[in-house]
Amino acid sequence: MNPYLPVLIVLVLGVGLGCILSALAHFIGPRPLTKVNTDPFECGVPATGERDKMSVKFYLTGILFILFDIETVFLYLWASAFKQLGWFGISEIIVFLVILFAGYIYVVKRGALEWD
Amino acid sequence: MGLDELLALLKTDTAIEIIAAVIKILVVLVVCLQVPPVMVWIERRAPAMMQRRKGPNRVGIFQWRLYGLIQSLADTVKLVFKQEVVPRGANKVAYHLAPIFGVFTALLIACAIPFGNDLVIFGQKIGLSVVRLDVGFLFILAISSLAVYTVTLAGWSSNSKYALLGSLRASAQMISYEIPLGMSLVPIVVIFGTLDLNQIVVSQGAYPWAWGVVRAPVSFLLFLICMFAETNRAPFDLAEGESELVAGFHTEYNSAKFAAFFLGEYVSMFVLSCLASTIFFGGWQAPFIPYDTLVKLVGGYNWIAAIIGFTVLILKASFFMWVYVWVRWTLPRFRYDQLMGLGWKFMLPVGLVNLLVTALVMAALEFH
Repeated sequence: MNPYLPVLIVLVLGVGLGCILSALAHFIGPRPLTKVNTDPFECGVPATGERDKMSVKFYLTGILFILFDIETVFLYLWASAFKQLGWFGISEIIVFLVILFAGYIYVVKRGALEWD
Repeated sequence: MGLDELLALLKTDTAIEIIAAVIKILVVLVVCLQVPPVMVWIERRAPAMMQRRKGPNRVGIFQWRLYGLIQSLADTVKLVFKQEVVPRGANKVAYHLAPIFGVFTALLIACAIPFGNDLVIFGQKIGLSVVRLDVGFLFILAISSLAVYTVTLAGWSSNSKYALLGSLRASAQMISYEIPLGMSLVPIVVIFGTLDLNQIVVSQGAYPWAWGVVRAPVSFLLFLICMFAETNRAPFDLAEGESELVAGFHTEYNSAKFAAFFLGEYVSMFVLSCLASTIFFGGWQAPFIPYDTLVKLVGGYNWIAAIIGFTVLILKASFFMWVYVWVRWTLPRFRYDQLMGLGWKFMLPVGLVNLLVTALVMAALEFH
């Protein structure tokens, strides 16, 4: 038996549970929807609904996340072979971390992590 | 076909494997789905206790009030009978997809958590987790990243300002804290030399001074902080800062869909608590009683030992669940720039230094 088969079953059951909850909401609740009813919530002010403008800071955070997250995955590879690689692995990883840290300091100095 | 043949068929390897898989899936699902109602109840009674008021104590069965334990059930029934309102201009597909994402990601992580030592049944070895992987760590990190989609899809699709702001904040926060989360677990891999979660529990042993929390205390602190940030819980619950954002990313969700978000949030809290107990507190190992001694104590039946181990894991996880509630009603909410500053400027460097120090100490101990 493929070891991932049970995961697939749990995935199907989980999605099914979510679908059942959504379906319940759809079929059991009272039906008629009015115009006022379906307005997005905006504290009583006539709603404009707006989702095209967002601060560029969030994009920057996303880009930095991808960089650093991939570095973390690299660290896992080294960590799981820690004993076999010995001092050679340690020296390599120190070089790697120094380069990573230089990039990190550059990012901090340029103010990419400042929120105002 | 006679009874004997049927029994013989049940004892074949494939049959045992399938039955074991079904039982394991049922155990994980039942336990995970029991957590949210109980937690909702605790989360209302505990602050009531702290603030010297009563909290919900009326709903019960007939004349037995049971301290309001049935309140969550009543709430669920109420939510299901509420009107479902999809806001005008919402992206329909993403809007309906978000709560489903919220439910299944948490359940998937639960699959990788070992809730007992390997059992030997009819000469076949069965690992007590739904899926037994030698790369359990990577599986968990990969699946937990999916949780971001819940927030992003929900907030973006609702066509509402508050929901969008809440989801932007929450997704930026969740991806930022994923880096320290990943880094806090690397020293654990270095120390125990494996990515297999059950192997980590076995090598921690039964004595608390050999557990992960003693060997890698800084990792544990980083992991604990990330647990709160990843589940969007106080003091990091800026995603739903009521005072400024109404309800954050799920402002436009109501009725049973809202319940689905609740379910997902509590299940993922529980799963992260289980993970913290597994990695840092010896998982299913009963304190001071090594597994072999435990098996002897219960008369050689290893399935009784497995049930005890399971209970121990649940108790350890319950402690972390209590910490969630405790912290929520103790600490005020962070400001957003403080939150991001903590993640990027404090926890990331600390995680790196922690990793280096751990590696050097381990090298000095092992390589000579």
